[in-house]
Amino acid sequence: MAINKNNTGYTFLFSIIMVLIVGTALAYTSLSLKPLQKKNAADKKMVDILGAIGVTTTRENAKTDFPIYVKERLSIDSEGTVLNNSSGNVDPADSSDPFNLDVKKDYRSKKPASELSFPLYICESDLGDKVYVIPVVGSGLWGPIWGFVALESDMNTIYGAKFDHKTETPGLGAEIKDNEFSDKFKGQKLREASPYFTIIKGGRKIEDMHSVDGITGGTITSVGVGEMIDRTISIYQRYFMSLTNSSAN
Amino acid sequence: MSTDNSVATPKRESLFSKKNRKLLKDPLSDSNPITIQVLGICSALAITVQLQQAVIMSLSVLFVMISGNVIVSLLRNLIPDRIRIIVQLVIVASLVIIVDEVLKAYQPDISEKLSVFVGLIITNCIIMGRLEAFALANKPGPSVLDAIGNGMGYAWVLLVVSIVREIFGSGAISLPGMGQVKFLPQDWFVSSGGFYENNNLMILPPMALVVVGIIIWIQRSRNEALIED
Repeated sequence: MAINKNNTGYTFLFSIIMVLIVGTALAYTSLSLKPLQKKNAADKKMVDILGAIGVTTTRENAKTDFPIYVKERLSIDSEGTVLNNSSGNVDPADSSDPFNLDVKKDYRSKKPASELSFPLYICESDLGDKVYVIPVVGSGLWGPIWGFVALESDMNTIYGAKFDHKTETPGLGAEIKDNEFSDKFKGQKLREASPYFTIIKGGRKIEDMHSVDGITGGTITSVGVGEMIDRTISIYQRYFMSLTNSSAN
Repeated sequence: MSTDNSVATPKRESLFSKKNRKLLKDPLSDSNPITIQVLGICSALAITVQLQQAVIMSLSVLFVMISGNVIVSLLRNLIPDRIRIIVQLVIVASLVIIVDEVLKAYQPDISEKLSVFVGLIITNCIIMGRLEAFALANKPGPSVLDAIGNGMGYAWVLLVVSIVREIFGSGAISLPGMGQVKFLPQDWFVSSGGFYENNNLMILPPMALVVVGIIIWIQRSRNEALIED
C-alpha cells in the first residue's frame, strides 16, 4: 500500500518524527562540543582582558600571558565588599575563582544587583602601576554587547577598553569591536556621579573629557556601550570608594 | 535554468554518464549560482575580505548542500507535499547549526569573523533552490553531483574574489590554520618610507561587487551563449 502523503495524520506523524530526530541530533552535537567551546570562550576572555590593558596576545598564548599581567582577581558584591580573591593560573573548574563568574549570564538573568557578585581584575601596567579591569555587559541593537574597561590606579582615568558584540550590524554597530573605537576611550575620565561616562551622537565638544563620539549609523549600539559602562561603574564605584577611604585613614 | 531536468531515468545509468557530468560541470560556468543566477550574493560580498574565511565558508556551504541534497533526496518519497518547504528548511537549518557549533569549537577565530553569515547559510538561495528544484525529484547519486557542482560553483567565485581582495586590500594571503602571510616587504609601504599602500577600498563590501562584476564580464565575453541582446 502506497503512503498517502497528503493525509493530515501522516503529515503530523512525519513532523513529529522529524522534530524528534532533529532535536536529538542537535542536542547531542551541542553537548559533545560544549567543553571545547567553553575553553575557547575562556581563552577569548583572557585575550580581551589583556586587550583592554593594551597587551596583544593570541588564543594559544592567552593562558600563559594572563597570569603575567593579571595579578589578582576579585569578586565583589553590590556594596563593594570583597567576597573572593584568587591569583595565578585560572582553574576553569574552580567556581570560587572570580574569572569563572559569568557576567553575561547574570545580565540575562535580570536579577537585582544585590544578589550578584562582580569580578574585578587587578593588573599591572608596564610602569608597575595598578590597573583595574572591569567587565561590562549590555544590550546593543540586535543582541548582547560586552567588553572590558580598564581604569588607571586613580580609579578615574580610563587606561584602555575593548568591546565585542554578538550580532551587531557589520560596518555599523559592529565597529565597537574595532580598535579605532576603543582607542578613543584612552585617557578619558569618569564623572563624579552618574552618568559616569557617555557616548555622544554628534556635537561632542573636543575638550569634553567624560565622553567619546558614538559610531555613525550605530547609534543604538553606541548608546548601549555608554549605558553598560555607566551602570557597571556605578557598582564598582562603591568598592573604589572603600579603597580611597581606607587609604585616607 | 538548464540543470532543472527532473526526468526519471528508466534504467540504471553510470554515475559519470554525460548527463551526470553536465550536472557537475554546468554550475561551474554556464549556470553558475553566483555569476549567472546571482544567488547567494550576500555572503559572497560580506566574507570575501580574507581567503581563509572564504575557504571555511565554501566548505560549510558545500557540506550543508551535499548533506541537504542527500537527505532530501532520500526522503523525497516520504516528505508530505504540503509541508515540504518547512521540512527542507528544518533540514538545512539543523545542518547549519551543526556547522556553526563545530566551527565555534574548532575554528573559533574564523567563526567569529564569519559571525552571522554562517547562520545566514540557511537563507542562502542556492541551497533551498537546489533542494526544491533538484533533490526533491532525483535519486541521491545525481543529487550529490548536483550539490557538488553548485557548491563548487559558489566556492570558486568566493575564492577568486577573496584572493583578489586580500592581495590588493591587505597585501597578504591567509589560509585556515596558517594565519595571514604578508608577502610584501615591509619597507615597500608608505608608512615605512616606501611607495606602496594597501587599497582600503578593496576591504569594503562594494569592491566585492565590482570584482564579481568583472568575473561576470570575463565569463560572458568568452561564452557567446550567455550574451543577452
